[in-house]
Amino acid sequence: MKSTNNTSEIKWKDVWILAEQKGEKLQQVSFELLGRARSLADARGSRLCAVLIGNNVQHDDLQELIECGADVIYLVNDPHMANFLVEPYAKILRFLVESYHPEILIAAATTTGRTVMPYVSAQMRAGLTADCTGLEIEPESGLLLQTRPAIGGNIMATIKTPSARPQMATVRPKSTRVPERQPDRSGEIKHIDLPDSFFNSRVVFEQYISDAAGESSIEEADIVIAGGAGIKTAEGFALINQLAATLKGAVGASRPCVDHGWQPYAHQVGLSGKTISPKLYVACGISGAIQHIAGIQTAESIVAINSDPNAPIFQLADLMIVGNLFDLLPAVIEKLKENKS
Amino acid sequence: MKIIVPIKQVPETSKVKMDPETGTMVRTGVESIINPLDLYAIETAIRLKEKHGGTIMVISMGPPQAMKAIREAIAMGCDDGVLLSDRAFGGADTWATAYTLVMGIKKLGEVDLILCGERATDGDTGQVGPAIAAMLDLPLVTYVGKLEMSDPVSIRAERLVEGGREVVSVAGPALMTVVKEIGVPRLPTLRGILRAKETDIPVWGPAELETDATLIGLNGSPTRVVRIHHPQLTRKGEKIVVKDPADVDMAAQKIIDFMKQRNIL
Repeated sequence: MKSTNNTSEIKWKDVWILAEQKGEKLQQVSFELLGRARSLADARGSRLCAVLIGNNVQHDDLQELIECGADVIYLVNDPHMANFLVEPYAKILRFLVESYHPEILIAAATTTGRTVMPYVSAQMRAGLTADCTGLEIEPESGLLLQTRPAIGGNIMATIKTPSARPQMATVRPKSTRVPERQPDRSGEIKHIDLPDSFFNSRVVFEQYISDAAGESSIEEADIVIAGGAGIKTAEGFALINQLAATLKGAVGASRPCVDHGWQPYAHQVGLSGKTISPKLYVACGISGAIQHIAGIQTAESIVAINSDPNAPIFQLADLMIVGNLFDLLPAVIEKLKENKS
Repeated sequence: MKIIVPIKQVPETSKVKMDPETGTMVRTGVESIINPLDLYAIETAIRLKEKHGGTIMVISMGPPQAMKAIREAIAMGCDDGVLLSDRAFGGADTWATAYTLVMGIKKLGEVDLILCGERATDGDTGQVGPAIAAMLDLPLVTYVGKLEMSDPVSIRAERLVEGGREVVSVAGPALMTVVKEIGVPRLPTLRGILRAKETDIPVWGPAELETDATLIGLNGSPTRVVRIHHPQLTRKGEKIVVKDPADVDMAAQKIIDFMKQRNIL
């Protein structure tokens, strides 16, 4: 594990993103990454390349990656890669990086990105910054400036990697808009054929069990409706579920609700749960402990409903409603239904 | 079976000062605790030990006061601990931290399972666990919400991923990062506290670990914090007060209008 990261002999260029496939479907976050990285590639005067490791990759998906900003796609399309396995992913990614030398490599801060990126950066002795909310090129140095929240979002730290390459970062899903497709864009698809030895994995994938049908994960949802201690009972979540279903959003919960068993842990928002950046976060009966607020600071809009006019959550809200959520939510659901019809 | 649990001591309050020169945290004067998410790794280790036997070794890198965190872990039911502490380790990023922990783990000899918390609540990166696995060339399973072990160290685990769970299996030695769903951490027992007090916990520095001086601490870190700022927490929102039932409709309409205005509807 000696340092092998010698940047002086190699010309590191191009900006790369790691596109993500799950269940053989290209994930939306891949396009967000292209949107984020296109400006970085432009600032560096370099190409934007997408790495896609998966199985049964559709030609339309590749076309869409190109139309959304990719100049080159490094494609590993292999039945072994139908599911995420960190060892082959890391081996392939490392092989590609050592073959083509990107100066910047960005992945999504998903369970996949947050697993494979540290594995690769540790082996390559590259710098890696987790969960960035801002990425830009420093004009003087051409280095990647990586800004991320730390210590529960109480501070924002800007980090750079002066000499190790590639400069690696993960970015939060939903923190960038998906770029519009430009049908006139063209790009190159490089099919990478690898020997079977690349696909060895000591971890064996057995199966994927999907959460309840139609239920979307809170990290990926545009809209999250969350309940807190003010919901009072497990049954109280019925209203939250109903509002979420009406808005096609996901259900979130504060820590007390999860500790009471009203919602499973996968729905917990905050420091010991998920950090999310939805377009809309509706906090119902959540007082807003600092640990909870840490998880929602990068939400685009926040609506808070609470009966306590002094609830700290209101400091963070764009719209604050002081009132009883059990009166209010049914009225909102009713209006949304009227609105639809 | 030998389990190693790397833990981190973190500041208890969310108010932490930063050193404006190095951009690293100033820990003096702040009450410190075991990273709350590491408690799940400790709990998992203890449950495995109760069922399958073996020993649990806690390892931490930090200032001398991190000894307290190691003693707390022993009070919960871990067997032994070691602290990696030296000024030269200071200012380490996740790479240099993982490297230092790896040198400590190697010195501890053979291991069957390394259990880590998902991430620390201060740095919030979740990178050190996977990096340790990579540096030791161990199979890695992250975000584990449930696991079953059958001897000899063959594990079936459920990973909590977006939209569902993945079931995987692996044979040890391996590294896993666990999430809260794994179980409620136990409190230290009185007997445990007494035992923790009497346990001799060695402190290892660069000499004992034979670390490469260019790979530890701030100097060994590929990344640098160049700027710190405190984000404005508050937003300027509109406030609606529902005083009587007649206001409910108005407030509900406000919410609808707000969603329309923000292009959510």
